[in-house]
Amino acid sequence: MSNNPQQSSQQQNAKTVRLMLLIVIGMFGFGFAMVPLYDLLCSVTGLNGSTTGRIQDVSQLTGRVDYNRVITVEFDATNNADLPWEFRPTIKKLDVHPGEIKEVSYFVKNNASHAIVAQAIPGITPWQATSHFNKTECFCFIQQKLEPGEGKEMALRFVIDPDLPKEYKTITLSYTFMDTDRSKLKQNGEMPKLQTSVTGNLPNNNI
Amino acid sequence: MSAVIHEAHDDGHHDGPPAGFKRWLYSTNHKDIGTMYLIFALVMLFLGGAMAMLIRVELFMPGLQIVEPDFYNNLVTDHALIMVFGLVMPAAAGMANWMIPMMIGAPDMALPRMNNMSFWLLPAAAILLVSSMAVQFIPGTGVPVNTGWTLYPPLSVQTGLGMDLLIFSVHLLGISSIMASINIVTTILNMRAPGMPLMKMPLFVWAWLFTGLLLIIIMPVLAGGVTMLLFDRHFGTSFFDAAGGGDPVLFQHLFWFFGHPEVYVLLLPSIGVLGLVIPTFSRKPLFGYKPLVFFMGFLFALGLVVWAHHQYTIGMSLGATTYFMIGTILISIPVGLMIFNFIFTMWRGSMTFETPMLFAIAIILMFSFAGVTGVMLAVVPADLQYHDTYFVVAHFHYALIPGAVFGLYAGVFYWLPKWTGHMYNETHGKIFFWWTTLSFNLTFFPQHFSGLAGMPRRIVDYNIQYIEFNQISSIGGILFGLSHLLFLYIIIKTVKGGEKATDKPWEGAQIGTPGLEWTLPSPPPFHSFTTPPQIK
Amino acid sequence: MSKSKSFLASISAFLLSVFASPASAEYALNLPEPVAPLTAQMYDLHMLTTKIATIIMVIVIGLVTYAILRFRKSKGFEADQNFHKSAFGTWSWILVPVIVLGIDLTIAGSAIDALNQVEDYSQKNDVTVKVIGSQWKWTYEYMEDDVRVVSNMLSKEEAGEHYLRAVDNPLVLPVGKRIRFLHTASDVLHAWWVPEIVYKKDSIPGYINETWTIIEKEGTYRGQCAENCGTGHAFMPIVVEAVSQDKYDAWMTEKKSAMQVAAAEASSDKTWTLEELMTRGEQVYNTNCVACHQANGEGVPGAFPALKGGPIATGPVEGHIDMVMNGSSKNPVMAAWAGALNDLELAALITYERNAWGNNTGDVIQPSDIKSVRK
Repeated sequence: MSNNPQQSSQQQNAKTVRLMLLIVIGMFGFGFAMVPLYDLLCSVTGLNGSTTGRIQDVSQLTGRVDYNRVITVEFDATNNADLPWEFRPTIKKLDVHPGEIKEVSYFVKNNASHAIVAQAIPGITPWQATSHFNKTECFCFIQQKLEPGEGKEMALRFVIDPDLPKEYKTITLSYTFMDTDRSKLKQNGEMPKLQTSVTGNLPNNNI
Repeated sequence: MSAVIHEAHDDGHHDGPPAGFKRWLYSTNHKDIGTMYLIFALVMLFLGGAMAMLIRVELFMPGLQIVEPDFYNNLVTDHALIMVFGLVMPAAAGMANWMIPMMIGAPDMALPRMNNMSFWLLPAAAILLVSSMAVQFIPGTGVPVNTGWTLYPPLSVQTGLGMDLLIFSVHLLGISSIMASINIVTTILNMRAPGMPLMKMPLFVWAWLFTGLLLIIIMPVLAGGVTMLLFDRHFGTSFFDAAGGGDPVLFQHLFWFFGHPEVYVLLLPSIGVLGLVIPTFSRKPLFGYKPLVFFMGFLFALGLVVWAHHQYTIGMSLGATTYFMIGTILISIPVGLMIFNFIFTMWRGSMTFETPMLFAIAIILMFSFAGVTGVMLAVVPADLQYHDTYFVVAHFHYALIPGAVFGLYAGVFYWLPKWTGHMYNETHGKIFFWWTTLSFNLTFFPQHFSGLAGMPRRIVDYNIQYIEFNQISSIGGILFGLSHLLFLYIIIKTVKGGEKATDKPWEGAQIGTPGLEWTLPSPPPFHSFTTPPQIK
Repeated sequence: MSKSKSFLASISAFLLSVFASPASAEYALNLPEPVAPLTAQMYDLHMLTTKIATIIMVIVIGLVTYAILRFRKSKGFEADQNFHKSAFGTWSWILVPVIVLGIDLTIAGSAIDALNQVEDYSQKNDVTVKVIGSQWKWTYEYMEDDVRVVSNMLSKEEAGEHYLRAVDNPLVLPVGKRIRFLHTASDVLHAWWVPEIVYKKDSIPGYINETWTIIEKEGTYRGQCAENCGTGHAFMPIVVEAVSQDKYDAWMTEKKSAMQVAAAEASSDKTWTLEELMTRGEQVYNTNCVACHQANGEGVPGAFPALKGGPIATGPVEGHIDMVMNGSSKNPVMAAWAGALNDLELAALITYERNAWGNNTGDVIQPSDIKSVRK
């Protein structure tokens, strides 16, 4: 304790403020740390069903093929808004044994008159299956660039982990292609005012 | 730091405030800054209230009456932000500024210069917020902020210039409230008069200690979240964009990590006010002071870890939903204890029913109601039905208007004699109480039913089947809004004159764990407790 | 004075008429009656928590009322300054939380079963429907049958009393079958919700969420988009027609053959006449373009360009085809339709736009023209 009470209270205040500023900075950092942490959490648990599920070494899975179990894998495709691509799985569903390596393909074609780079976002439901769905090859690992009118078949090779809990008999694998040029979404500046007069020129509201 | 010391030292030699605008612009006096906070909150109350009334007029009838869909959703967005950041938080901060130094016997806030800055950021933020709404009338500025206050991407990435202004406004509001909180917490921890240990502080001071700490923890996270949003919008990052490996749901987690504790930021100061008002007018010490402090701390901690109950529908894992459900339901324990302790404070008391007490009793009833609907909403399977309907709207208005706003009204009536030196007109106060309380219930009670019947939130037009409840709600809303003209009248009249208030205008004000504010004259001198008071 | 009295009288008359109105009294006070096992469980849970809530409120209101009637200063009641030091005062801080915790656990416990049901993905599903939310319409894809239904809101005139809760093409589903919904979105967040038959899960672009139901009763069930999706959020209704298996099969067969006919027509090398293309084009226009460019082709000044006499619609054919197929490079709101529409639809649409509303360019665009642009 200093002899001057005012002095000591000022020092005490400075100490408290420093401590709290540390909390503030720490929490601001925590917000940003959430980004990798959340990704990590999702890829470990498969929480949002969207991990790429890429693996290199499958020997450990293929060694234990479970021929007594059949799992139906459904394939699905979605185009995000305004992506003028034709995108579909070449087969709708496939019965597989866990541990078996299977290869399927998706067909994609650029109907636009300019080249477009897009990224496929994988999604799996039920989400519990995500961490058991392993891919050795997938078009979703990289961005896909298609020239105008270009079409191609893209391969997907996967193997389901035999440890997948017994109750899951159907897995749906879904891909959404999104244009990587996100400026289309931004609508800044040149975007006209989206809606109109109060009299109601809304979607189908005017007929 | 040395400048601050000097300033504080200097002030001790002046007796009155400096004259003219400099008194306010350069003010480092906690009472003046408190007054400015309260006036700012009052202005925002009318601005946000006007928006609410526009919303209710629009919803009086099905069809588009007076506003366009985007403008409507912009109203919804700004109504929420203004009421949360413009009304409740500044009003609570204003009361903290006024009362905490006087309650704990401090000469001023710990950091008077910072106090000045944290207030003067607010008008700047308010101007940005209002202009974020106004820019939609300039062609070429893009889609208005039609996202609701939650600002969820990808919709918030689609919106135009207004969103950027709004993000900057949120930054300023965040900085302002972080600074105010640091100041208040430092004041509470370091500036108490000798003889006032933490466990003898008035409940209002405790409530603000927790509120301040909460704000320091959560505000930076919101700031980080909206900063990422800004980067996603303009600098090509993809924090929340699946095409670039991001996740839109992450924003929801960041937002609600802030957003749920924020509810307690709004509630706690008012609970603190109740902790003073109810003993005063029951003429009996607060029932269970220590448990109340302890459970406030419990609420503080629990509030930080249950945020995802706002997002049950995003598709979380079974384990996560179960955890968030049980965590959320447990909130009823501290809240239930508070409610019952307040009732037991009244129990075997000697009650009189001045305006602050009327508000306090109404809060106990209506906030309990918000509590039980809160438990209903916490139950995941049922919430998958309630989510994003008017049931939720009704629930959180019951939580926040009685829980936060009415608590502040109780505080205003309780301390108005102290602040102004005049008694308010009790008859006017009572008329105001009955008018607001009845019209509030008329507005929001029917919304539970329209929500259960399936009316979603944030819609500008609704099917004819919802007309009855919306019309009742709109009539109630207009009456509720108009009642505040009386509030304004009472305040102005009391500031200007009226019956002289004594130092201790309430008979029971010194009972239990009171602050030192009642030992000062009404109104208190410009500088109070320049030498620390002695507490027996 | 008399004026304000008559105002009050008219308000109270209005309120009376509201409460007397039988239409609202029937269903608007509570969740609609569930017609699926899971929504029934949710309904029961809702009723249970409502009852508990009511009991708690009665207790709180009772205590407060008793207190304010009994312990008043005006009645001369002296405050008991030692009440908080009594045995009750000493132990209530543990008593109250224990009681509340008991109530909490009762509620949480009764919710666990329904929660497990929601997350039950192990059952075999009879029908899977992928529900895609987009600004501002719903698209349904029957995964097994490869059938796609686009569901737009009906106008006030067409919908009548169901305006905002009526669509042109409802989702048709069979009763008594386990139906799985896969939810996703193509632009921003949406939420698909029909309270009688299925609860909410958000539609998130790039992600898949799953819900399920078994509809137990035939009928028409209505809902609305529940997650704010921008300007048209209020204008995204959902209608489900639940029908018997026979009717469902018949509907599906009809839908499939209609799609086959359309596909065959679109890929045939037939040369179409102006009239044929105009008729088809008008349909395509009214489904896809009318929201922005308006039925009269005049657009909305300052927002959506006019097609009537517009530079694109009356300019070079190539430019027009490019605009419709690839969207605008300057204005992102103008979508690219190459993916969504087939050659015939595009040809008909462009022909229509070039000849309707007095544009009368006389140009006839054939599907083969589109095909050649596609390469």
